[in-house]
Amino acid sequence: MDSGGIAAGAEDVVSFFRECGERGEVALPVVRTGSYGYAFADPLVEVKNAAADPPVLYGLVDKAVAARIVEEHIGQGRLINDHIVASRIRGLALDGPTTAILVKDTSQEDGDKTKFLQASILDELKNRDYGDRIQVVRALDMGIYQEGVVVQLLPSCVTYTNVLSRDIARIVDGCGPSGAVLNDLLHSRPDTQVRIVLRNCGKMDPESLNAAIAHGGYEGLVRAFTDGKPEAVIETIQASGLRGRGGAGFPTGLKWKLTRASEADHRFVICNADEGDPGAFMDRSILEGDPHAVLEGLILAAYAIGADKGFFYIRAEYPLAVKRVELALTQAREHGLLGRDILGSGWNFDAEVRLGAGAFVCGEETALIASIEGRRGSPEPRPPYPSVSGLWGKPTCINNVETLAAVPWIVAHGADAYARYGTGESKGTKVFAVTGKVRNSQLVEVPMGTPVREIIYDICGGMQDNLDLKGVQTGGPSGGIIPESRLDTPVAYESLQALGSIMGSGGMLAMNENDCMVDVVSFYLKFCVDESCGKCAPCRIGGYQMLQLLLKIGRGRGSLEDLEQIERICKTMQCASLCGLGQTAPNPVLSTLRFFKEEYLAYIEGGASYARKRKRALSEGKSLKEAG
Amino acid sequence: MQTATKSPLEDLDTEMRAEIRHCLDKWKEKDGNLIMILHEIQNRHGYVPRGASLFLAQETGVAVARIYEVLTFYHYFRLVPPGKHNLTVCNGTACYLKGSGRVLGELERRLGISEGKTTSDRLFHLETVRCIGYCAMAPAMVVDGKAMGKLTTDDVASVVEKIRKREEGESNGQSRN
Repeated sequence: MDSGGIAAGAEDVVSFFRECGERGEVALPVVRTGSYGYAFADPLVEVKNAAADPPVLYGLVDKAVAARIVEEHIGQGRLINDHIVASRIRGLALDGPTTAILVKDTSQEDGDKTKFLQASILDELKNRDYGDRIQVVRALDMGIYQEGVVVQLLPSCVTYTNVLSRDIARIVDGCGPSGAVLNDLLHSRPDTQVRIVLRNCGKMDPESLNAAIAHGGYEGLVRAFTDGKPEAVIETIQASGLRGRGGAGFPTGLKWKLTRASEADHRFVICNADEGDPGAFMDRSILEGDPHAVLEGLILAAYAIGADKGFFYIRAEYPLAVKRVELALTQAREHGLLGRDILGSGWNFDAEVRLGAGAFVCGEETALIASIEGRRGSPEPRPPYPSVSGLWGKPTCINNVETLAAVPWIVAHGADAYARYGTGESKGTKVFAVTGKVRNSQLVEVPMGTPVREIIYDICGGMQDNLDLKGVQTGGPSGGIIPESRLDTPVAYESLQALGSIMGSGGMLAMNENDCMVDVVSFYLKFCVDESCGKCAPCRIGGYQMLQLLLKIGRGRGSLEDLEQIERICKTMQCASLCGLGQTAPNPVLSTLRFFKEEYLAYIEGGASYARKRKRALSEGKSLKEAG
Repeated sequence: MQTATKSPLEDLDTEMRAEIRHCLDKWKEKDGNLIMILHEIQNRHGYVPRGASLFLAQETGVAVARIYEVLTFYHYFRLVPPGKHNLTVCNGTACYLKGSGRVLGELERRLGISEGKTTSDRLFHLETVRCIGYCAMAPAMVVDGKAMGKLTTDDVASVVEKIRKREEGESNGQSRN
């Protein structure tokens, strides 16, 4: 459970299980975890009945479902319909007798296909006298979409797609003692996701150091100390090709090298957890799900650059993340992972939490430093870069949460293991928070180079209500919108930039045919205007004037000259703004002018009556046609 | 108005003075502590009272203007007391696309206040927030620290009515005693 799960009612469910435990109805230990990433099915409960049984994941669990889990699953070993989130493991061989069959119709039509197939399989099982040995259960989610009826055999996780009534007899045959896998139906494509950063999220108690260590925590640190020099860590990170996951994509190893090369009596490391992009929640989920991984990454960064003090700069709006990081710091201090002479290496380092206070610009390095120093978060011109003169004038290295969470894995598993994933310039994996009008909003972690289409359709199940996808927004207010026609673009720093968007911190927002680009762009620009710190004129004045023009167009009072003026302002802001906020604020405008110009023209040509109609359609969440 | 009687600093009770001193002791060893101290004050009172800022300036030697520069720059800090119940509507992009405008509109209509304002009986305070990361449950809002998702205008109406009813019940109970 993370804050998302708690908002969905996870606290009630946990206390219910605890009460059952106290009454002796449940003999199993109850463990709270971070989020596994399946935000669409929050709150989630994983049940592991006996050591030999495979764990079963239930989604959308409220108190009533929890009561059924206790009574039916834990008590009688019966699985519960309509709540199971199937394993993403795709079994290729039947390694034992089948004990349960999951069924789910994955086409988006409403119908009783799932129920029908469930009943047919049950009948067939009864005919063969398997009826009392094998359960047939309707699943909530299979992780496979638009593949007809999907059937998964447990515990082997052999998965069949596009199952028709006539296949049932063969599938049931396969459940027998001498059963064979049906190769024509077998779904053998492995899951696209690769969980490196999210490796422990949702699998362990984030408030326990022991759990973290049992899941491989601090292995990287031990390895770094035994392998010898800090420079070796930098070399490993450089060889892995890891780049900053906060958005700009600066090579992490190089940043460390530059910081280490600056002569100074003190150096600082900062974990940037001021996740301000609206629509992005992966940093929060990582901090809440595996705080020790981020802390270990910070310690490794500090060791590599020779820092003696570190800071977590966390948004005050994320109280649970703050609490869990503070707990992780206390535990690490108690066990000699922080403080003096860490693990007997003779090296001293400590870290503390500093809170952000709701300023988007503080994600910018120099503004973040100003904020930690206790001042208003105004950016400073660079150079000097923080790696030379940062916090209190000392060399400072600032890394994003996701970057730091990847570091321990790389150090423990080697640079090659990480560089195996990804494209030429963009190595490794990236976590995205996919939201908006997709069927299953969730966190996904994919190798760089995965096409956007695959993320939206194969992993997240496509669009809600079967509406057409219009575009995918990446990078929040600093990013652009990728139109449907470019959806096969692989996610990588360069390819997204070529489309006028950015990778950004990893928000990915799907928009459908009913959404209006002019409206969305005005929303983003308003955000940037509100968040502009006001220090430099291009951002302060340019943003405001551009917003006025956009709103004018949105009222149906715009002209073609206004569009030209908007483009001029965009260019000025990109060239002349002091920091990333102003330089990237025009991105949504420019990318929509490139790919969705007809929507601007519709407002200009349609005038006020079109604008009114469009506004009504938007406020009712309908298409232009439906709104009349 | 206040200067005619006494300054907010004199108004400051001893309890708050002690609190701030305690806070200062905790943070005095650390550089760049101003924002963290202001966070602690706001956590305790729901806002940063003017008197507290003046006292803080007096104790630390930081100019009041500096403190107010920070307080007004960051969205998170409040200079006026919040209402008894705080309704925070998420206005992140996912929520925006999924109808946070409708949710906010309904609240504004029901409470008769606009965003960022407190009702005259100080019962409700309505505000928006950038993004609280409950995008999977959009549109979302936070009611007195508890998040709610997938809201409809009916949900919103019932939340407001429930709080109102509870408050009425309490005040009736008190008057009977």
